[in-house]
Amino acid sequence: MAIIGRAALIIALVVCAYGIFASVYGALKGRRDFVESARRAVYALALTTTVAFAVLEIAFLRSDFSFSVVASHSSTTTPWHYKAAAMWSSQEGSLLLWVWLLSIWSSLVIFLTRHRLRDVVPWATAVLLGYGAFFTGLLVFWVHPFTTLAQAPADGQGLNPLLRHPAMMIHPPMLYSGYTLFAIPFAFAIGALIAKRVDAEWIRSTRRFALAAWLLLGCGILLGARWSYTELGWGGYWAWDAVENASLMPWLTGTAFIHSIMIQEKRGMLKVWNVSLVLATGILCVLGTFLVRSGILDSIHAFGASTLGVPFVTLIAGMSIGSIALVVWRRGLLRSEHKLDSFLSREAIFLLNNLVLVALCFVIFWLTFLPLITEIFGDQRAVGPPVFSRYTVPLALVLVLLSGIGPLIAWRRATPRNLRKTFAMPVLFGVVAFVALLFVPNVPQKPLALAMFVLGAFVIGTIAQEVWRGAVARHAMTGEVYPLAVVSLVRRNRRRYGGYFVHLGIVILFVGVAASTAFQHAEDVRLQVGQTATVNGYQVKYERSTATYRSDPRGTGALLTLGAVLDVSKHGKHVATLYPARGYFPSDDASQGLFTQLINGDPTSEVALKTGPTRDFWTAVSPDFSKLQPMVDAIDKAIPPNVSQAGLIRGLQAGLTALQARYEQSPPPAMFRLISSPLVMWIWIGALISIGGGLIALWPAPDAARRRATAAIRARVAQDLGRA
Amino acid sequence: MDPARKRRVRLVVALTAALFLAGGLVYTSFSAGSPAKTPSQLLAGSTPGSSYKLTGKVVDGSIRHDGSALLFRVRDRDGTASVPVSYTGSVPDPFRDGREVIVTVSKGSGDTFTGEKDSLITKCPSKFQADDGSGSTSSMN
Repeated sequence: MAIIGRAALIIALVVCAYGIFASVYGALKGRRDFVESARRAVYALALTTTVAFAVLEIAFLRSDFSFSVVASHSSTTTPWHYKAAAMWSSQEGSLLLWVWLLSIWSSLVIFLTRHRLRDVVPWATAVLLGYGAFFTGLLVFWVHPFTTLAQAPADGQGLNPLLRHPAMMIHPPMLYSGYTLFAIPFAFAIGALIAKRVDAEWIRSTRRFALAAWLLLGCGILLGARWSYTELGWGGYWAWDAVENASLMPWLTGTAFIHSIMIQEKRGMLKVWNVSLVLATGILCVLGTFLVRSGILDSIHAFGASTLGVPFVTLIAGMSIGSIALVVWRRGLLRSEHKLDSFLSREAIFLLNNLVLVALCFVIFWLTFLPLITEIFGDQRAVGPPVFSRYTVPLALVLVLLSGIGPLIAWRRATPRNLRKTFAMPVLFGVVAFVALLFVPNVPQKPLALAMFVLGAFVIGTIAQEVWRGAVARHAMTGEVYPLAVVSLVRRNRRRYGGYFVHLGIVILFVGVAASTAFQHAEDVRLQVGQTATVNGYQVKYERSTATYRSDPRGTGALLTLGAVLDVSKHGKHVATLYPARGYFPSDDASQGLFTQLINGDPTSEVALKTGPTRDFWTAVSPDFSKLQPMVDAIDKAIPPNVSQAGLIRGLQAGLTALQARYEQSPPPAMFRLISSPLVMWIWIGALISIGGGLIALWPAPDAARRRATAAIRARVAQDLGRA
Repeated sequence: MDPARKRRVRLVVALTAALFLAGGLVYTSFSAGSPAKTPSQLLAGSTPGSSYKLTGKVVDGSIRHDGSALLFRVRDRDGTASVPVSYTGSVPDPFRDGREVIVTVSKGSGDTFTGEKDSLITKCPSKFQADDGSGSTSSMN
């Protein structure tokens, strides 16, 4: 099977090379047949990478340990759905996933534009196939997903237990879908620049792809945050870790892009800005892939050790230099058709919002790369989350404010009179929220959180007013009842109202973030069975210990699970019973005793939390395993060196039973992390609302199919006229 | 003023403002960061009161609990020089003997360094690790 996968990749590389040649030659010589052929090369790339992807995925599902990647990332004891996900936990598998997704989206866009943008598409095809060539080239020459082992091991090393979480299964495909979808507007921007077609047509053709990229990248980031909150034993959802920042940066420039293209579509302005944004986003997506996969940010010295360093840096440098050169070369064509009429206009607010988003991206970029930059000058320095927050929180506040102002202000020029009219209601929302919050204990002491709540109320006021006015107008026009009027309003203006829902969701998310950061109470305590700790007025009693082996309730495949039963109460009233635990997995360190090996892999927390609309109570336990170590050593010693297979299994089982009984009956004290934080649930609710809004904006309008059909007929007529 | 000139002036003003802001960020972030040190560098000299990002590996068998404090020693990535750390706060799941960690510390009483609350991090398991293969991924070379 491996040979089929390897062959598919080699064919894919050849197809890419041919396709690049054919599209460029076709574009230069005006040979449609070559351009057509290049289009088919994109489909062929999709086909061949699908074959390669399927071969590797099947090997993972079948636990075929003759594949070296399968042996090092999966095992027979890994639950089946995690076997499937183990494929992209590997370096090789993740790169294959990247190029496979790229080929699918490329095929889709190349198919959808087959009758349009005749000058731009050949160049865009060449760029997309260039991506394809780079990644298949990596898979053919640098990292080898289809390396086989002469002697297949009986079992593999298993998927890293930390990654055994539902959110982590789909997080990489989401993230990579976002990255690869952004490659499409990137490629079309390059095509538009080379072909001198810098009107808004390339934007219209790829807008949906940019929006889908933005949506899926956002989903990927959120799933990562959710994973961090419910799987990692520290109880946070965002740590400003380099890996997180890597995915946030292109999302921010992408957000700026989907706002600013509206100005180009409506007013023919900001052309340089738009192409620069989308080119930067495309580059940041590749940078994001690279950062996560190279470990370079730990130290510049990791660069030499990483197999991917040189090719990726070459690609990123090439993309950056090429993009800048192209924009400078075509600067004459990128002049605005209009100029900014007034700073009191929607264009100006959009521009400001763009500047804030780009500033956010720059701040995050700089702080993420600070260790690397300072290391070059000798003394490596790094900054933690507080420094990130110091710069990003004020910018986020401005962003929220602008998202409230933008929809209210007129295009071109707003008059003071219509400003008063449109702003009265939303400002009232904000003022009421401010006054009400002054009476909520502790809130006035946290000015930044208070500001976020007030601005949030202002934005919600804006959106409510917009929806209300639209519904009233529609009701007056058609006589529809109000709920129906809202629905048809949204149906008919998907982009606009979808956008409002996204704003609503993001504001709710920000309010959740502000509340849960500013008013969180976290305690790390060491408790014996029967002892009680107090966190923010909640009494947490360690009722008893739990221990199970080979029957792990969360389905992660842990061999041994040690946990606790916690009774949470407030003012003597029962709130929840929580069951945090910690799973122990086999280790691959052969130098240890056999029993130690069975349970000495990386343990992972199984978090227990009581979630609610006002407050989450979050708990994790970390048993003091060092107190059990003497017993583990004794079990190891009790297993004779030349024991038979059956005897060994009996011995190990007896050991596990003994350990389980010991932990249940007389557990050593355990460390608990207990967190009480308000409004966390609203982060996820806000995210879901945003995703819903994004889907509304993405969904084709009811009459789009008809319009598409007319456009196709028009194109055919034009074609025929051209021939005649 | 003719429009082209006006545009140019506006562009120069905007770029200057952006440069100043970026400069401010660069300058303040340099002083906000704490210097990264290895255990042997800390042993060679450290100023009481200033904080450092201590990077290295957890010494095998050095992890102890003392009340809610976690005591452990961090050694050089490739070496044996090590310093004791007393830490409170969240402990990442992958934390254990031999694991590479980064913790913000300051010089406390005696030889022990005091870890800043919640500052302990271990290398992210999803990252590619070329040298030690201790994470989820391993290299093919």
